[in-house]
Amino acid sequence: MSANTEARTQDVVWRRRTPMGDLLAWGAWLAIVLATVLSFRQISDATIWDFVWDAPQQGADLLSRAVPPRWSYASVLWKPLWDTVNMATLGTLLAVILGIPVAVLAARNTTPSVLLVRPLALFVIVASRSINSLIWALVLVVIIGPGPLAGTLAIALRSVGFIGKLLYEAIEEIDPVQVEAVEATGATRAQVLSWGILPQVAPAIAGIGVFRWDINIREATVLGLVGAGGIGLQLEGSVATLAWPQVSVILLLILATVVVSEWVSARVRKAIT
Amino acid sequence: MPEVLPAAVLEVACLVKRYPTGDLALRDVNLRIGRGEVVALIGPSGAGKSTLIRCVNRLVQPTSGSVRLDGAEVTGLGSTALRRERRRMGMIFQEYALIERLTVMENALSGRLGYTGFWRSWFRRFPQADVAEAFALLDRVGLKEMANKRADALSGGQRQRVGIVRALMQRPELLLVDEPTASLDPKTSRQIMRLILELCTERGLAAIINIHDVALARQFAQRIVGLRAGAIVFDGPPDSLDAAALTAIYGDEDWSATLGQGRKATDEEEEHHSTVPDVERLAGLA
Repeated sequence: MSANTEARTQDVVWRRRTPMGDLLAWGAWLAIVLATVLSFRQISDATIWDFVWDAPQQGADLLSRAVPPRWSYASVLWKPLWDTVNMATLGTLLAVILGIPVAVLAARNTTPSVLLVRPLALFVIVASRSINSLIWALVLVVIIGPGPLAGTLAIALRSVGFIGKLLYEAIEEIDPVQVEAVEATGATRAQVLSWGILPQVAPAIAGIGVFRWDINIREATVLGLVGAGGIGLQLEGSVATLAWPQVSVILLLILATVVVSEWVSARVRKAIT
Repeated sequence: MPEVLPAAVLEVACLVKRYPTGDLALRDVNLRIGRGEVVALIGPSGAGKSTLIRCVNRLVQPTSGSVRLDGAEVTGLGSTALRRERRRMGMIFQEYALIERLTVMENALSGRLGYTGFWRSWFRRFPQADVAEAFALLDRVGLKEMANKRADALSGGQRQRVGIVRALMQRPELLLVDEPTASLDPKTSRQIMRLILELCTERGLAAIINIHDVALARQFAQRIVGLRAGAIVFDGPPDSLDAAALTAIYGDEDWSATLGQGRKATDEEEEHHSTVPDVERLAGLA
């Protein structure tokens, strides 16, 4: 009896896919390969290959002109670098202050109206996120003139959506029973927000804020390209005048700043639980 | 005033709750609870026990019927008046429902939110009398030393004590208690039930206690109400809860172990069931 069962068990064939599924899988692979080949041909046609074969020499040439970095130039850079960090920090702070109410209005469990207010808040978030801070800066420089104020606002406008989105997702994941418990004491809506919900999302607010600040430091370094203040202005000037030793100083300084900001944000995120 | 019997702290009449999904959670529930009366509400999961006590403080909106607290109708109230009535009903939850990231003291004081303005509560500047009362109550439940610890640093039994303190801080007339012991071990469960009962007696508080554990209900409550599929099918003193009554509430089962062998045996059996880890129980079966 048991031998019989064993024999039958051995006869049973198992395949990962049905024969039709196998065919479809092979077809999909073929399509991917074909698309790759065709795309490469198109890119190749649009490329001047002489320039590409030349690239190692050109790169080496540029590097030789960029080293040694002109360290004396750094003395001019401290002020714009300080502006850059301040733009990122103030912009992030502003975005957190604006992002919290937007998130409360957008989260399903705290919005006053799912049909009216929530779509509006979601639209604000999408609008802010879909426009790059460089483009925000371009627009703001036209409206309020060049300088760090335009950069700060550009950072803030871009970050509101980012912070609003991550925060409203955090609000939707809170423990609803803690909120019920605060409601059951006879607390007002404002007290339910500040006692039942805020303590639960406080670590998320700090974590998201620091994460965005870290991204904003990097974004702020290029805003000067369009005149919105910060070290980007010096970068653009140096590239335009082919002052490569200055460019290398700027890039090294930006690198150092970003490393420091990464370290700070990692420390903060580790500290909050 | 149509009331014939005096001193009912809670009167539920013809209460119906139908959820948007179409589920009829409560069908025509009538319940009257006297001042200082402690009622255990038993019944199978999904019978509507939780819905019933949440309809009383309107965490759940009843579909129809009336809920009267001290003669005053609660069902039709606007948000301001509702908040005022909620202050008179303390609630204790199954999973404690403390604000985990706040301290024990803040959790205790949160019972006073209904009496405190927004900015005072934001800056934690509660009246000195409230702070003194919180300390006294924490001392009463044996947690005075824990006042500045975060709620999530406490054990289950300690957390439920904080939950009790928060409810009492409201100086309520009625306690709504939702499965207070479901997350606790048998010994802690009994301590918590004893504590709730003592405090109710000390303060002349009425209470509705939802509870799964029939033995605990029989041991501690003065009156037992059985709910099945949203309707009350039993209402009487613990002694009259016999096998027929349990069958009416929960359905057919051999109830002799729950009833026949007396309280002590039942307790021991409970203890055995809940404290032996799953692995050992499985090993025992093999």
